[in-house]
Amino acid sequence: MSAYEDWVIEAETKGLKISEIILQNQMEELEQSEQVLFQRMNTNLKAMRESVEAGLTSKRRSLSGLVGGDAEKVEERRKRGESLIGDQMSGAIARALAVAEVNACMGKIVAAPTAGSCGVLPAVLFTIEAARQVSEHELLLALFTAAGLGIIIAERASVSGAEGGCQAEIGSAAAMAAAAAVELAGGSPRQTADAAAIAMKSMLGLVCDPVAGLVEVPCVKRNATGAMIALVAAEMALSGVESAIPIDEVIDAMGNIGKQMPCALKETAQGGLAVTPTGRRIQVDFL
Amino acid sequence: MGKSNVFDLLGPIMVGPSSSHTAGAVRLGAMARRILGEEPIQGTVLLHGSFAKTGKGHGTDLALVAGLLGMAPDDERIPTSLMIAKECGLSLSFQTADLGDVHPNTVKFDLLGKNGGHVVVVGSSIGGGSIVIREINDFHVEIRGDYPTLVILHQDLPGVVAQVTLLLTTAQINIARMLVSREKRGARALMILETDQKIDDASLDLMRKLPRIYQVLAIEQL
Repeated sequence: MSAYEDWVIEAETKGLKISEIILQNQMEELEQSEQVLFQRMNTNLKAMRESVEAGLTSKRRSLSGLVGGDAEKVEERRKRGESLIGDQMSGAIARALAVAEVNACMGKIVAAPTAGSCGVLPAVLFTIEAARQVSEHELLLALFTAAGLGIIIAERASVSGAEGGCQAEIGSAAAMAAAAAVELAGGSPRQTADAAAIAMKSMLGLVCDPVAGLVEVPCVKRNATGAMIALVAAEMALSGVESAIPIDEVIDAMGNIGKQMPCALKETAQGGLAVTPTGRRIQVDFL
Repeated sequence: MGKSNVFDLLGPIMVGPSSSHTAGAVRLGAMARRILGEEPIQGTVLLHGSFAKTGKGHGTDLALVAGLLGMAPDDERIPTSLMIAKECGLSLSFQTADLGDVHPNTVKFDLLGKNGGHVVVVGSSIGGGSIVIREINDFHVEIRGDYPTLVILHQDLPGVVAQVTLLLTTAQINIARMLVSREKRGARALMILETDQKIDDASLDLMRKLPRIYQVLAIEQL
């Protein structure tokens, strides 16, 4: 069984970033050069950037009509300088909603790790980019960190809502984004692990209960709250706050909780919000 | 879930909203088109299970049609595929159906091609955009589209499989996976070969001239 801890130790021993260890690992795994891997990752980064921009300016609504226009509302308030929680947090919320809305409206996104959780990682990365001087190269490295952690999560637990509930989708995305944020902000490999653990712990038990089975309610807004949790966890880890439970054990716990979760709460739209009176009414109206 | 790489976790780049109900559906349509081997002009699309129940909100119908038109999962014309189909003269009818004990995200295509070809294809979207084709013209198959694939209709007799694999040996083509099934002993049989290398046209021509080989279809990797 692969462990994130092994990569942390290797990075510490060699004095490298965690992303550089993951990059080396993937060059062997995929039998591709560093240059090719960077090119492929750059394609993802470019598509992510476009999805944020598209979502902040789009007037489109989803097929059901339930989703659309919320990113713009948050962004407008931020631009007016009225944000209650600060410019960066509001910016992250707007970006996360933007990408998730683009997804719900059949626009182009990058699954990260899934389509339903596609807004978390771009929101966190581009918010840090807007606030600090980070290069394109550092953004790409941060994506390798995020994806590397994702590999461990997929192997030890799951990144599918049907298998593990929302904790496996938004929870994994938040953990991946938290690790990436720490690296981007200059934190240590150990701190990426702590941030990921703190983020995922905050998401444990979250069920997948989409109204009418659509990737809309509550998925879109959970992208924004997932991005918040990622940033809060990164801030704690960068301050030196440690996770009492190591990341690999948190991932195992997430996997176990997913197995214990009843099927009604795993993407089947047979429980939770989906079966509330309003949830049912939306389903009837739409279908 | 088995061993994955960084691009399984970040990607695919796709038109939303769902990797299984949208991206996977595009790929199913694209595979059906490849199996037909020509431009489809008419067809029936039967939606089963979750495809039938929540397909509308995920644009599953639009995605399947986009695939039939030859689009990829990141094509931004997917939302307008029904209109494009009309312009291209592709006429389709959608119905819901119970296809039995199959994956919840399953679709059955009955397609007619521009040059008169006809094919019935059943396939499932099994998560994360991955797909598997389960049936071609009542034959059980298992095609995932991640390798160049040969679908060969032949007579069930000793040596028929061997002459195909010998030809592949000569062409230096390695078989990754293989499946053989038949209607009954001595009757029509189907062989599915997933290969590491793409098979060249010359070898395909030779294969089509082999005795007791009725039909050879080469499907490109998705």
